[in-house]
Amino acid sequence: MIGEQIIKGMAVTAKNFFGSYVSKERLTTVQYPEEHLAQKENTRQFPFLVYDGDDWETGLRCVACQICEKECPPKCIYIVKSKDKKPDYKGQPQIYPVTFDIDISVCMSCQICVEVCPFESIKMDTKFELSTADRFGGLLLTRDKLAKPNTYYQAIHPQDAAESDAVIAGEKAKAEAKAKAAAEAKVKADAEVKAKAAAAAAVAPMPVPAPPTPPPAPQ
Amino acid sequence: MNAIAGLPAKSFEVKPKLDESGTPIGELLEISMGPHHPSTHGVFRMDVVLDGETVVKLKPVFGYLHRNHEKIGENISYLASMPYTDRLDYFCSMTNNWAYALTVEKLAGLAVPERAEYIRVIMAELTRLQNHTCLIGFFVQDMGALGTPMMYAFREREKILDLFESVSGARMMCNYLRFGGVRVDVNDEWIAQAKQVVSAYSKFLDEFGAFLTENEIVLARTQFIGVMSSAQAVNASITGPMLRAAGVNYDLRKVDKYGIYSRFNFQVPVGEHGDIYDRYMVRVLEMRESIKILEQALRDIPAGPVMDRKSKLRGFRPKPGEVYGRVEGPKGELGFYLISDGSPNPYRYRVRPPSFINLTLLEDMCLGHRISDAVVILGSVDIVLGEVDR
Amino acid sequence: MFDQLDQIFVTALHWLVGFVPEAWRPLASSLICIAFILSVFPAVFSVTTIFERKGIGRIQNRYGPNRVGIPFTKIRLAGFGQFLPDGVKMLTKEDIVPRAADKVVHFLAPVVMLIPVLLAYAVLPFGKNMAVTDYDAGLLFFFAVGGAVEVSVFMAGWSSRNKYSLLGAMRAIAQMVSYEIPLILSAVTVVMVVGSLNLNDIIAHQNQYTFGVAHWHVFTPWGLVGFILFFIASLAESNRTPFDLPEAESEIIAGYFTEYSGFKFALFFLGEYLGMFAIIGLGITLFLGGWTSPVAFLAWIPSYVWFFTKLMAIVFIFIWIRATLPRLRMDQLMNFAWKFMLPLALINILVAGIWHYMAADWQRWLVCSVIIFGAYVVLGRGLMQNQKFGKRIYRYAE
Repeated sequence: MIGEQIIKGMAVTAKNFFGSYVSKERLTTVQYPEEHLAQKENTRQFPFLVYDGDDWETGLRCVACQICEKECPPKCIYIVKSKDKKPDYKGQPQIYPVTFDIDISVCMSCQICVEVCPFESIKMDTKFELSTADRFGGLLLTRDKLAKPNTYYQAIHPQDAAESDAVIAGEKAKAEAKAKAAAEAKVKADAEVKAKAAAAAAVAPMPVPAPPTPPPAPQ
Repeated sequence: MNAIAGLPAKSFEVKPKLDESGTPIGELLEISMGPHHPSTHGVFRMDVVLDGETVVKLKPVFGYLHRNHEKIGENISYLASMPYTDRLDYFCSMTNNWAYALTVEKLAGLAVPERAEYIRVIMAELTRLQNHTCLIGFFVQDMGALGTPMMYAFREREKILDLFESVSGARMMCNYLRFGGVRVDVNDEWIAQAKQVVSAYSKFLDEFGAFLTENEIVLARTQFIGVMSSAQAVNASITGPMLRAAGVNYDLRKVDKYGIYSRFNFQVPVGEHGDIYDRYMVRVLEMRESIKILEQALRDIPAGPVMDRKSKLRGFRPKPGEVYGRVEGPKGELGFYLISDGSPNPYRYRVRPPSFINLTLLEDMCLGHRISDAVVILGSVDIVLGEVDR
Repeated sequence: MFDQLDQIFVTALHWLVGFVPEAWRPLASSLICIAFILSVFPAVFSVTTIFERKGIGRIQNRYGPNRVGIPFTKIRLAGFGQFLPDGVKMLTKEDIVPRAADKVVHFLAPVVMLIPVLLAYAVLPFGKNMAVTDYDAGLLFFFAVGGAVEVSVFMAGWSSRNKYSLLGAMRAIAQMVSYEIPLILSAVTVVMVVGSLNLNDIIAHQNQYTFGVAHWHVFTPWGLVGFILFFIASLAESNRTPFDLPEAESEIIAGYFTEYSGFKFALFFLGEYLGMFAIIGLGITLFLGGWTSPVAFLAWIPSYVWFFTKLMAIVFIFIWIRATLPRLRMDQLMNFAWKFMLPLALINILVAGIWHYMAADWQRWLVCSVIIFGAYVVLGRGLMQNQKFGKRIYRYAE
């Protein structure tokens, strides 16, 4: 009968109308900016640099290897290496970036820089309310704006931060173990050399020194 | 174009009707349904010549979203092209990624672990679900339903996009697949949530179907409009749901059996008349089949690694050669043709965009129908300008 | 006491008119009634726009406007003050007249739309003794004046010199003219049964109660079908979905008022909605008993409250339909009017005649219902299956 399905359709609409007053399943609107959706843990927006400790300049993990700059698809990272070195988290002297700029108007949040970084130093942030009225430099994040502490990283991505910390701890442990083993080996080697020298001295008599050759007679 | 499709060649000059003495009767109205238009899906233009309200000639004009995707692909490494493939058909980033990853894996001879294959199937079928949901929402919006079905469709789609975000970090530009597997593993909590979303989906489809499938107005607006015969479709290399609605049984998941699709029990719906209503219904039935595949995959997913150990992120240089890989995307056959010369960047990177090729027959489908129908026919072709223009 | 409350506006009018000398009294009375209509109905229009936006929003599972209450304060009032900034916006926008447009006609079109619509309110009875004028041919006056609206639509479309406007205007004229006929024919049934064109007589005919239920025309078989036909035709006359092809936003942007901006657009908008209220008001008068109450024990509620309640209820149904249905294509719209509604309206007239001449017992209910229902089913089948529309079964491959 003509019109029957139209009535059924209107019944569905009515159900949604009344349902929207009653259940949150129907009315899923979140009234931004007064209310915010809870962000997922894995969400990614733009990169930031991690530093350990309190001072961002000394604790910055980045060693300016420029791998992220090469692998970035839209080439939004610009790095200038330093001339001097500073110790990194393993205690070895490394160069550091003097300039590290990310242009977030170019960045497409693909996360490849995070994947290829061997030093756990660049990670994805979750802030997206970054609009600015400064058209010419407002979206160019420099090193000081990018550097954020490890505690911040642990707060926004707890699981990833735990993994990252585990990797760093593992590297540190490996480096310490290597250093310890190297130190022990050095001590052992020194002791061996000393022992060898002492043993050699005890066995063989001292050779008689040869008489000095007389200077040639003046003619 | 018509000569290619095997139809009698039409002249592109439109001649007005003449009476006995040779003077033109009436006037033809030429309208540009321009790039700024509420219902062309993206920046797409149609130059339409109307006789009264009947379409006499239609010329699609696109290129407004051209972004040099293929040229960029020649200048960056294989891995760096992966985020750009997300943006081709921006609704279906997972299947785009899969097509590209499949092609590169063929080129480099990488194997994919089993858990990763299951995850890929789950992601692809979720993508198919949310793409078709979007489409049936837009489709009724084009017919003038003021956005109500679109709102319901988007409400359901958000649940799937939430799943994507919790695993890959982004709702739509997921950048999730890698050569040899997927980027990160999914955990049990995600699987449980996915099961919940999938089980609620059938109820939504039933409600939506009651709303629209037998609605008299929808029937009158879509049946026997925009007919495309199976011969025309095959000649013009149409693929995807449009081809199946025209009556040709060709689904790459059954033909190529790529991935592990041969393990799943699902059917392929085929239409009869090739009109708009058939395309719409084929997509709705495909959604139900996707739900079946998802239930099986979520039940059977094994444990294991998700990345091939031989694949490396940096310094990836596949052997010289050329390869063509394709998947059954929600819009049709999405293919990538790569030529490698041993260097880290491809020598030639070509995308076979299904939306672009499906647009070939737009004029033939619209001729003789009214201008209101032209809009609905365009909606049923299911184009995404990111793919048409690349 | 309720009787006094019911007649409060009439007493107020008499009191105000009493200040004026005898010779000027009819003029003063008309002016005060005009002021009443001009203040009440635009207010109803504003509230309706808000209800529409909020209603459609809730149907689509979202909030409608919910922030603007009293402007310049933080009082929200759930968004019911939205019409004030919207009104100011419409008034302050630049009035663009296309260079090639015919300026006089372009200027006059909104005016020509608004004036006949306001004239139509002169015969509608809003409550007991509350019709502005008491014409013996009130119904005829209403339809005559309503037909003038179509001229303005065409004026707007033609004078804009724009292809989209022209298309919209052509469609609008065809649609409005075709749907006038079922509209009038369904009103004819009421006239046949009541025997008078006077709207107050029509209401008096419905103001009787049996078993506590009123004799509204909608409770009879011919009245129900007549009301449904009138309802659908009034959807078409006010260019509402599913008949809003003249202003189809997704195809031709805004149809015949594409080229209007600012206050003229506001006038068109206002004219459309006021036309909608006028036609719904007529439908209520003819079929739903005007200002009478449906059940005898609620008759103490003032008559104007009943009238506006019924008006808002039907407006809500209009909004509900707008949010649900897609629109019909032009030729399908015409098919529907000429091949379904017109025959059904004619058969409805026949049934109304049978009703009037049969004795008042259960047999006439049976005969009339069977005829009408049979006609509806047959015509419905003819419309749909003629082109082989229907549910399809799909096969699966392998």
